[in-house]
Amino acid sequence: MRFLPPTASTGAESVDSLYYFLVALTFLFTGGIFLSVTYFAIRYRRRDPRECPRPVHGSALLESAWIAIPFVIVMFIFGWGAKVYYDLSVPPTDALQLYVIGKQWMWKAQHPDGQREINELHVPLGRPVRIVMTSQDVIHSFYIPAFRVKRDVVPGSYTTMWFTPTKVGRFHLFCAEYCGTEHSGMIGWVTVMEPTDFERWLSGAGAEGSMAATGEKLFQRLGCAGCHRSDAPGRCPPMTGVFGSSVVLANGQTVIADEQYVRESILNPKAKIVAGYQPVMPSYQGQVSEDQLLSLIAYIRSLAAPGTTEAGTAVQPQAAPPAPQPRRSRVSEGPTTITQPERRQRK
Amino acid sequence: MSTRWRRRKLSESTNALAHQFDDLEQQARSNTLGMWAFLATEVLFFGGLFTAYVVYRHAFPEAFAVGSKHMDVVAGTVNTAVLIASSLMMALAVQSAQLGLRRPLIMFLLLTMTLGAVFLGIKAWEYHHKYVENLVPGVNFVWEGPLRNQVQMLFLLYFIMTGTHALHMVIGICLLTYLVLGARRGRFSREYFFPVEIIGLYWHFVDLVWIFLFPLLYLIGLHL
Amino acid sequence: MSPIVTELPKIHYLNAAYGLKSWLLTTDHKRIAILYLITVTLYFFLGGFFALLVRLELMTPASDLLRPETYNRMFTMHGIVMIFFFLIPAIPAIIGNFVIPMMLGARDLAFPRLNLLSWYLFMAGGLFTLYVVVIGGVDTGWTFYVPYSSVYSNSYVVATGLGVFITGFSSILTGLNFVVTTHTMRAPGLTWGRLPLFMWSLYATSLVQILGTPVLAIAVALVGIERIWRVGIFDPSLGGDPILYQHLFWFYSHPAVYIMVLPAFGVVSELVQTFSRKRIFGYKFVAGASIGIAVYGFLVWGHHMFTTRQSVYAGLIFSFLSYFIAVPSGIKVFNWTATLYKGSVSYQTPMLYTFGFIGLFTIGGLTGLFLAAMGLDLHVHDTYFVVAHFHYIMVGGTVMAYLGAIHYYWPKMTGRLYPDAWGRFAALLVFVGFNLTFFPQFLAGYLGMPRRYAAYPEEFHLLNVMSTAGASVLAVGYLVPLIYLLWSLRHAPLAGPNPWGARGLEWQTPSPPPTFNFEKTPIVTDETYEYSLEEEEVV
Repeated sequence: MRFLPPTASTGAESVDSLYYFLVALTFLFTGGIFLSVTYFAIRYRRRDPRECPRPVHGSALLESAWIAIPFVIVMFIFGWGAKVYYDLSVPPTDALQLYVIGKQWMWKAQHPDGQREINELHVPLGRPVRIVMTSQDVIHSFYIPAFRVKRDVVPGSYTTMWFTPTKVGRFHLFCAEYCGTEHSGMIGWVTVMEPTDFERWLSGAGAEGSMAATGEKLFQRLGCAGCHRSDAPGRCPPMTGVFGSSVVLANGQTVIADEQYVRESILNPKAKIVAGYQPVMPSYQGQVSEDQLLSLIAYIRSLAAPGTTEAGTAVQPQAAPPAPQPRRSRVSEGPTTITQPERRQRK
Repeated sequence: MSTRWRRRKLSESTNALAHQFDDLEQQARSNTLGMWAFLATEVLFFGGLFTAYVVYRHAFPEAFAVGSKHMDVVAGTVNTAVLIASSLMMALAVQSAQLGLRRPLIMFLLLTMTLGAVFLGIKAWEYHHKYVENLVPGVNFVWEGPLRNQVQMLFLLYFIMTGTHALHMVIGICLLTYLVLGARRGRFSREYFFPVEIIGLYWHFVDLVWIFLFPLLYLIGLHL
Repeated sequence: MSPIVTELPKIHYLNAAYGLKSWLLTTDHKRIAILYLITVTLYFFLGGFFALLVRLELMTPASDLLRPETYNRMFTMHGIVMIFFFLIPAIPAIIGNFVIPMMLGARDLAFPRLNLLSWYLFMAGGLFTLYVVVIGGVDTGWTFYVPYSSVYSNSYVVATGLGVFITGFSSILTGLNFVVTTHTMRAPGLTWGRLPLFMWSLYATSLVQILGTPVLAIAVALVGIERIWRVGIFDPSLGGDPILYQHLFWFYSHPAVYIMVLPAFGVVSELVQTFSRKRIFGYKFVAGASIGIAVYGFLVWGHHMFTTRQSVYAGLIFSFLSYFIAVPSGIKVFNWTATLYKGSVSYQTPMLYTFGFIGLFTIGGLTGLFLAAMGLDLHVHDTYFVVAHFHYIMVGGTVMAYLGAIHYYWPKMTGRLYPDAWGRFAALLVFVGFNLTFFPQFLAGYLGMPRRYAAYPEEFHLLNVMSTAGASVLAVGYLVPLIYLLWSLRHAPLAGPNPWGARGLEWQTPSPPPTFNFEKTPIVTDETYEYSLEEEEVV
């Protein structure tokens, strides 16, 4: 019988190490208590119905010992767990950017080049993958046991998760937050492929144009281009190079222009006014779907400042080492799980 | 209230002493502690609502300020004065009970109830006014302007919080009625007045909740 | 030990008055406890019935026994009935109500009529919930997460919420009653430092009940308001935040688990002392640990939300504080074990349940360490690992302690003993059945099987079959006591005031006790659990 799911990501190994340690600790303490109780219960069993043992006075020393030692142990576990969590939450800067929308009762995934998948996710081996996701209706949870990662998808905001697959194969994808009738049917497969196979899959997957291209068309059609002009900055902040940068607001605060910021700016523009501009942008609430929002985000993301590489497009397959050391991002790439206080209260 | 009254030698008035207690002093202590414990639960109860308020006000500061301008500040201010006056009446009622003065006790209780009813009357008028102005979420809320949903949140919290408060006022008035009826029958005396005292505690608490609600709902962004 | 008893006391609380009215309008805490006993037992078996259906469905990977809509209602109602109508009231409202005044040397609780009101509120909420079960049920999970429960569910969310809301007040009033009683109704000489540990535990429980339950009331009420008037308190499309609901809900529901387990700790403390005939090792530490757990329990709710949008920093704080709670729980387990040292240990039924508790709670508690580790929780959250963890504590812990308490106080409540051989047999069945049911769930959880699934992939099949097999054994283990305890009412030998040779004021009364417990208020001069005195010397 298997006790572990496949260990198929860099993160999975660190999670499993912590798990083994805790299993050992549990066996140790449980065994200790079990043996002590059994031994005392037998050794000191009642032999005469009238026997009356003398009281044993408490021992402050013993109490202190079994307060201090467990405390030290649990603090150690806390630290370890926190480190694992941090590593699982902060993606490297060169991650492949994917988008997922959960809805009752299916997962829709989108690749930056436009390939769409339902209940399936194809990813290349050895490359970090960062997923930005949201829900169209209720709270779901995107769970890949083989990678030991899970993140809730919440309607009205974005959550992110990342992983680097280390094994080729097909792995379960589950919805892990109860969401209604077909909750147990909201499952699928994550397929990890060799980079060359992945390239082949991408070109054959019938894309209708990259997400950025779709987003650009929307940008024109919805009238955004009329105001957010890159050539003649006027009434509206220009979009070139804004994604991922720091933005100073009219009220003096500084925020990072990440996915959540862009989404909010489209749906609720008066919430954060950029310093030096008037609050004239109309809201597009109800006029754009979650898919369209993600396309717009992909487009704005692609408008990087001149000189930087475009993140999110499928680049040449790298000869990635089996377990690459991901570069820690210096600038917060905006994983919305590390939210600054003003961003926590999202609609 | 002064503990001097409690430490007075309390004679065992047998019809007032409940069977589970050894003496009136124990009964008084129990009732008082019980009411304080109950008020603690009420703090947590309203606390949940205040938490929701804090979260959304922090998220929508502008919308809350804009919406708050549509509150009837005059009505709210009058109501605040009415409620503070009713608390004064209640305190005087408790003092009358401690002194064993039956007529003043009944009078002050009735005054408290009247002022409470005035409060509820003004509240009812306010609610009606909001209804006429199409500001009742879930019923007929209409708002021109970009911040509609956020402003609606303010009005939603307004109705839920003041509604819960009003419900507690109604319960308070019922409790006061019970006291009046008991006082008329001569139930209270210098030795046995704890029901008046503990219901007084409840009334003061409900007043205190309003003191918090008023500025948070009516006075956002208001400058003199 | 106690002499052979040949007759029951002439007048006791059961025969002091006859007729339905004397029971439905009683203010005697002991009668109210019996009312709770009957109704809570009914709810236990109802919740158990739902569990049985869940386990039967899960015996096969496909959703073939029940449609998913029905299955979703089954696990939801299993949770709601078990938590709100069994686990929360069981030990406090039955054992607590019966025993507390006697333990304190009082005639009754501080507010007997409020006590009766608590029972009526419990019944009102319970009947409301039963009504919901009959008309079609609710399918949101006992956690009622929004927006599913407030916007999308097609089941009777508001009605269920109302039932829970009403029952919450029952819990609050009972807690209030116990707190005041403990403060003001102790017999002369019964200082805080001489209180039985069961009292410390129930006092801590009552603090949590008083302070936590109102927040649940608000959370449930807001969901109801959102659902009825379609306004956007938690609805993102109307400006609301679904995560706010989770904060409000878990602010109560985490302390709620301490409401469920602290009384069990109190029972175990009593049983371990009586059946090793020795004062607890480290009285002050065990008492302090109860209070510590109650206080800390309010600070850790966010550990249910590591996978949501909660910020990393908030998560770190919650994880850090969650580990603090491990320490007082550990203190208790170590002290109970140390109490056995150089004691005089007997193996009667209540003690077997105590042994079971100590072992299973240790496992359940230690698996909490897994869940509090944020990095690991990302994998096991919302899987069967969590299900196994809380069942080890709730069922392996609280239910076993409850059964131990029932067997311990049965002679006091009814004046009768019961066949101990059958008691031990049932305890063994429960222990074996429990482990077979829930241990495989730890494994299934780490393998990745999510919670609340009606159908699952084939690779989890064997573990689920084992679990269902265990559940059948467990069910038998629970039914057997029902039979012999009812049998004992007529046929078992009489118990006398103190069949276990225990210490404590409640054992100074006859079995069954008279309505007002004591002829005269006792005066306490010794420390608790003074086993070294000869029995005749005890006050």
